[in-house]
This record gives sequence, structure tokens and C-alpha cells, in this order.
Amino acid sequence: MEKELWKGNEAIAEAAIRAGCKYFFGYPITPQNEIPEYLSAHLPKVGGCFLQAESEVAAINMVYGAAGCGVRVMTSSSSPGISLKQEGITYMCGAELPAVIINMMRGGPGLGTIQPAQGDYFQATRGGGNGDYRHLVFAPATIQEAADYVQIAFDVADQYRNPVMVLADGMIGQMMEAIEWHPVEKRVLPEKTWATTGTKDQRKPNIINSLYIDPNLCADHNVHLAEKYKAMEENETRWEAVNTEGCQVLFVAYGTPSRIARAAIRLLEKEGIKAGLLRPITLWPFPGKALKEAAMQDSVKAVVDVELSMGQMIDDVKIALEGCRPVSFVGKAGGVVPTPAEVASAAKAAMGR
Amino acid sequence: MTNEIMIAGFGGQGVMAIGKTLAEAGMKEGKDVSWLPSYGPEMRGGTANCCVVISSEPIICPIVLEPTELIAMNLPSLLKFEPTVVKDGVIFVNSSIITEKVQRSDVQAIYVPCLEIAQELGNMKVANMVMLGAYIQAMGNLGTGTIKEMLANMFTGPKAKLVDLNIEALRRGAACVQSPKGV
Repeated sequence: MEKELWKGNEAIAEAAIRAGCKYFFGYPITPQNEIPEYLSAHLPKVGGCFLQAESEVAAINMVYGAAGCGVRVMTSSSSPGISLKQEGITYMCGAELPAVIINMMRGGPGLGTIQPAQGDYFQATRGGGNGDYRHLVFAPATIQEAADYVQIAFDVADQYRNPVMVLADGMIGQMMEAIEWHPVEKRVLPEKTWATTGTKDQRKPNIINSLYIDPNLCADHNVHLAEKYKAMEENETRWEAVNTEGCQVLFVAYGTPSRIARAAIRLLEKEGIKAGLLRPITLWPFPGKALKEAAMQDSVKAVVDVELSMGQMIDDVKIALEGCRPVSFVGKAGGVVPTPAEVASAAKAAMGR
Repeated sequence: MTNEIMIAGFGGQGVMAIGKTLAEAGMKEGKDVSWLPSYGPEMRGGTANCCVVISSEPIICPIVLEPTELIAMNLPSLLKFEPTVVKDGVIFVNSSIITEKVQRSDVQAIYVPCLEIAQELGNMKVANMVMLGAYIQAMGNLGTGTIKEMLANMFTGPKAKLVDLNIEALRRGAACVQSPKGV
């Protein structure tokens, strides 16, 4: 298949169209503006609708409405804009509505900066909205993965009737790489019999709601959701292990920092230190079991978590390791990116060198 | 074989376009490529740069901190990035507006009067293509045929006449290189 040069944001937008997304609602913010720009030009050509809402809050509620009608729908934003969408996301989890949400992260907190960061890990994996809810979070590290996982995200969302987030740092959005539009895994999906598409006097009205007057029914609903989230943990956890067998240093990193960590692995190799990388592809569910297996090898002298934040995923790393291994951290926040040399020397320090 | 290229200059000099053309040409020749722009609250006339990696192996990290080649389209770019170039690297200098010389003696410097040549060709917009021609000639890592083919695909219909102009710009840029690397 012929390779094509694609910018991350544009590849994400094109991937959505290829996955059958017909509706997009959003509000501009750097560094993800090429997503709405591309969809504004291309969605009408496939009979879809692009709409620039008056705010992020409006956009996510339009997504709620469209998802309720059973269509494939997406919104995208960057950190502060995603904060505004949190209410809509918890409502969609509560009402069991599938949609894809892209967060092309920038530096925070607050308005922060427009350069790449990963400070929204907690928000994405713990939920910035209220209530006991979860949603899958894909973390692509290349443009190819961004294109693939956006398409997969639509299927996963429909399968579980749950929103799915694709979380990337701004660098993934701005960068160009050669990709292939190869077919991605396709799932057999249930019909959307729950969608509010009109009864045509053939059935009782479908009601989509996240409100329960009777607490017992709400309790049952929470049990049902928890079972669904458990199924996601069992079936949807993804990761990549690079050079982990017999490694002395185990890096844990996702997105762009995973690529910096891989460059650091090469630097360490030149000094005779064998380093490996456990890269979560889903941040929730977190691949804790795979991480613990890699970290518990006798060869491992240091576990080093690398992030474009002041340390958020490190909590999941520590939970996974259950105190069996010390965990070191190297990272920068606010739009500045650590160098491979800095990551390598942090690893050496963690080894006591 | 991996080329890690830093291309830097003022916004509007075609810095991003040089990078994109290099990346696309590399891809068409079956190499792995990446193009990473600096981005920020930029303005016209502000500084712009992009990193391009062209490699015969899969690219691990797209961030270029120690370029094997620097294309400096203005003085601030030369001053900022000259110290970062690897030993035995190559620095391409847009000598039309950079009157300073490369200070380091452990790198090869190639001076290309992009603007004068573009002016002689009657179209200032091809200044970046002049620089690209010099790069390809000096490095020998990309075939000129690939770029010519890309130009033919890029300029069609009423713009087809620009193909020859751009090819001439590449040729004139190539002529600025006295000793290609490895020759």
C-alpha cells in the first residue's frame, strides 16, 4: 500500500470520516484546529454535517444529541476546552452514548500554553466529571497509530455504548509522518435499537437520560456500568513492550515521551545499559499487569516513568507495582519537552550511577 | 543512513515548504520520514523552524536536537542552531541575507545566494527551491528525479509553466555546491 504524508490532526479527521463519522461539533483551539478545519471541508462531501458551536459546552451537548440519534459523531478540543466538556462526558457515560472525543493536549493548568503537554492524564483516566464513570482512553504515539486508533475508537464506543477518548500531546497533532490507510480491525456491532430515531408507531419511545428518581434503580444502573467497565478492562487493555526482556532499566511512557524514551534506550545501549520500554496504548484501562510482569524481572534495577507533566501516570505505575519496585520520575510540564539525554541520565541516576 | 535536518528562517521564507518537500521526497524513495514544525503564537516575519528526519531505518524520535544538516535562511537561525550541528555536519547558509560566515571549522559550510538567483529567474518565490537544489546536490540522499516528479504533480493546468521555473531554481541551487559530500 502506498504511503502518504499526513499531519496528525488531519489524519485524525480523515480517519473519523473513514470510520463513518458523519457529524462533528467543536469550537476552535490550538493545537488541534486542523481537525475541525479538515472536517469543515470534507464532512459535507460525504453527506455529513460540520458545525462550529458557540462554545465547547454547546459542542459536547450537540454530540450527546447526535449520539442519541444513533449516528457516529466526534468532537475535538485541547486541554482547557476538554475541561469545559467534562459535564457532557459524564452525562454521556451515564446515558450510555457512544462518541469519540479527541484531546490534543497543551500545557496547563488554566489556559497554560499551546505547546505539547500531557497534564490531562488524571482528567482523562479519572474523569473530570461527576459520578462513577469510566471511558476508554487511547494514547497514540505515531501518526499511523492516531489514524488507526481513531477508527477503532468508533467501533469500541459503539460496542460498549460509551464515549471513547483519544488523548495525544500537541506534537502528535502538528507533526507529519508517512502513513498507510490500511484496513483496521472491524467488529461485529449490535444494532442501535436504543436510538431515538422516531417510533413510527411501531414501538414504545426510546428514552435517553442519565437521571434516576429511584435510588435503587440508580444503584442498579451503577452496577450495570461497572460490569461494562470491567469488560473493557478485560478485553480492551493495550500496550507495547519494547526491548523489555532482561532489561536493567524499564521506562514507562506514552505518546511523544515514549519516543524520547526509545531514543534514550539507544543512548543507554551505547553505555552498555540495557533499557526497555513499556508503553501503554490504552491509559484506561491501564496495562498494569503487563507492567508488573516486566518490572518484576530480576534484571530490572530501575523503573523510570517519563511524562510531559509533573507526574500523573506515575500514580498508575505505582498502583500496578504495589510497592514491589521503586519508581523514578523524569518529565517536564507546560509545553517543554525533555531531551533523550536528560531521560537517559535520569535512568542512570535511578540505577545509582 | 539517517539525515536529521533543521530548517529555520523567517515566517514566509518557505521554511516549512522546504521541509515538507524533503519529507515527501524521502517518503517517495521508500525512506521513513518525519516533519515536525515549531509552533507557537507566531506572526508574519517571526521565526519559524521545522525538523525533518529522513532515514533508511524506522524513525524512533522525530525531535532533532543535534542536526546532521542545518538550513539557515536568516541570521538568527544560523546563530541559534550553528552550535547544535553534529561534527562533520553541513550548514547551508542563505548568503543573500546572511553576510556572516559559519564560525565552526568542524562542519562544512555551503553558501547559497537564494534571493539573487531567484531574482535572476524572475520569481522571488523560488528562493527556497534554490536552497533545496543545493541541499540535494550536496547530500546526494534524494534523487532530483523524485522532486521533479513531485513538482509535475504539484503544478498542473495553468500552473504547469511553474514546473520548469522550479526545476531551473533547483539546478541553479545545485550549481552553488562545489564539492558534494562524499565526493
